[in-house]
Amino acid sequence: MMELFHQDFVRNAFLAGALVAVLTAIVGYFVVMRSEAFAAHALSHIGFAGATGAAVLGISSLFGMLGFTASAALAIGALEKRLRGRHIEIGMVLAFSLGLGVLFLQMYSNSASEAVAILFGSILSVDTDPAAVRWMFILGGAALVALAIMFRPLTFASIDPETAEARGVPVRFLSIAFMLLLAITVAEVVQIVGILLMFALLIAPPAIAQHLFRRPAVVILAAALMGIAFTWFGLLLAIWTGYPVSFFIAGSAAATYLIVVGLSHVIRPHHFRPPEHPDREFVDHPQHQHAHPHTHAHTHEHRH
Amino acid sequence: MDLRSMLEFPMFQNAFMAGTLVAIVAGVVGYFLLLRGLTFAGHALSHVGFAGAAGALVLGIDPVFGLLAFTLLAGMGIAAMGKRIDERDTTIGVIMTLLLACGSLFIALYHAYAEQAYSVLFGTVMGISRADVLLTAVLFVIVLAGMAAVFRMLLFASYDPQVAEARGVPVKFLAFVFMIFLAITVTLSVQIVGVLLIFTLLVGPAAAAMRLSASPPRAILLSTVLAVAYTWLGIYVAIRQNYPVTFCIATIAFAAYVLVRIFEASPLPRLFAGGRRQTSPTVQESAA
Repeated sequence: MMELFHQDFVRNAFLAGALVAVLTAIVGYFVVMRSEAFAAHALSHIGFAGATGAAVLGISSLFGMLGFTASAALAIGALEKRLRGRHIEIGMVLAFSLGLGVLFLQMYSNSASEAVAILFGSILSVDTDPAAVRWMFILGGAALVALAIMFRPLTFASIDPETAEARGVPVRFLSIAFMLLLAITVAEVVQIVGILLMFALLIAPPAIAQHLFRRPAVVILAAALMGIAFTWFGLLLAIWTGYPVSFFIAGSAAATYLIVVGLSHVIRPHHFRPPEHPDREFVDHPQHQHAHPHTHAHTHEHRH
Repeated sequence: MDLRSMLEFPMFQNAFMAGTLVAIVAGVVGYFLLLRGLTFAGHALSHVGFAGAAGALVLGIDPVFGLLAFTLLAGMGIAAMGKRIDERDTTIGVIMTLLLACGSLFIALYHAYAEQAYSVLFGTVMGISRADVLLTAVLFVIVLAGMAAVFRMLLFASYDPQVAEARGVPVKFLAFVFMIFLAITVTLSVQIVGVLLIFTLLVGPAAAAMRLSASPPRAILLSTVLAVAYTWLGIYVAIRQNYPVTFCIATIAFAAYVLVRIFEASPLPRLFAGGRRQTSPTVQESAA
């Protein structure tokens, strides 16, 4: 088993996996908190068009995906306020970009396995282009630094945008910056687990951690550790069994989420707190909180 | 090749026939999908269908049955989750991911079927046989008859669940019934646009129709007409230009939607409607 780690591509896969797991833990925490899961999902599908388009142009799929996701992220970020909860509009863009991806795919090759590789990812082929791997680390590191700098204001703006704006926090700028970070994250995650399974690393670990802990720092730390655990566990099993790595990563993440959520309903019904969700229900309709004093109390408690 | 000579080939006849049936169902069901704010659920359901189809391939049975079984189960699950909307997106996403992961495992288990998995994902409008058309027609009749039977109740329950419940409408039961229709629709559409783009036929026409008309019967009719138009035009262009059908339908749907939005933003609608609102507030709220 140990001699596996002397091989470059295995080491690359484990390192890239760990980096991405940490990045997704932090970004995913904010995605869940800002309830932008569907937007993140749409970004990954837009990345499909980017990846196949890059194949047509003959450039690295990481850059093709980044180009598409970053421009889509800018548009979403700019429209953010009006876009909250607009599932229909996001869905239309999602469907269109999938169609575009299919066209690019046909122009590039008719290979079905190519499509399946993009859709379901292949971490073990991460090393095919050394420059792409280097860029993956550089971009991932830059994203982490940016997150560290804007962590406090972003938390404030995500939990209570109105108060944050009144206190002079640049809410709009933050939401655009966050969307760009999300675009980078999506492009990197897709390299590992593919477009369709991105949710496993982006949403599942933070959602699990939010069920177990309350303090933001602890939640993020737990999410990062879980993300690394899922990724490495998946890699080991994939190398050992020869089955796709994305299956093991997504399978273990989703199974853990379902078990934790199920148990939190069974074991501690009184301590159970639903994930923070300052979406249209609470932010846009403050009067809604009075209708649910219980939920209100929890939200309030969390803010202090 | 013009349309007349195109329609002399059985392959294209089948494509247009199945396409029309699917489009009509998608137009009607899509309207209720948007009305009930289930856009993401519809998307997830189609992904779940992929796992079912892949699993059926592994077992060596027709993918349609795997699709139907998985989408029905997942639809029931989503309906059972009910009103706890604050957690629904995350849970739907995670369940979808789990099933997709299983789908990717199934593909890996049976390499020989990569082609078939691809066709489930992206649709095979040109590979439709007479038997497929028949099966589509049967499912078409089931869904439309069912929708017609519960139409008024479903509309009431989708527009205003609380009032409907107070009036004795079985809202919970209807949620399950609707999910069954949605599951069958997803199964139907796979042949035409594939799992990944069913969404296009479900959401595209209905989204445009909802913005053009506030009256439910008119919006449903419009949505159906638009769906059929997108499908025919999409198949026609795809055959002529040799583009993928899914790409053509998705692009037409997207372009039409953008046009509707532009039309709505322009002063034209006020001239037509005499200053009335174009969409009812309820529609926008449940879509949010």
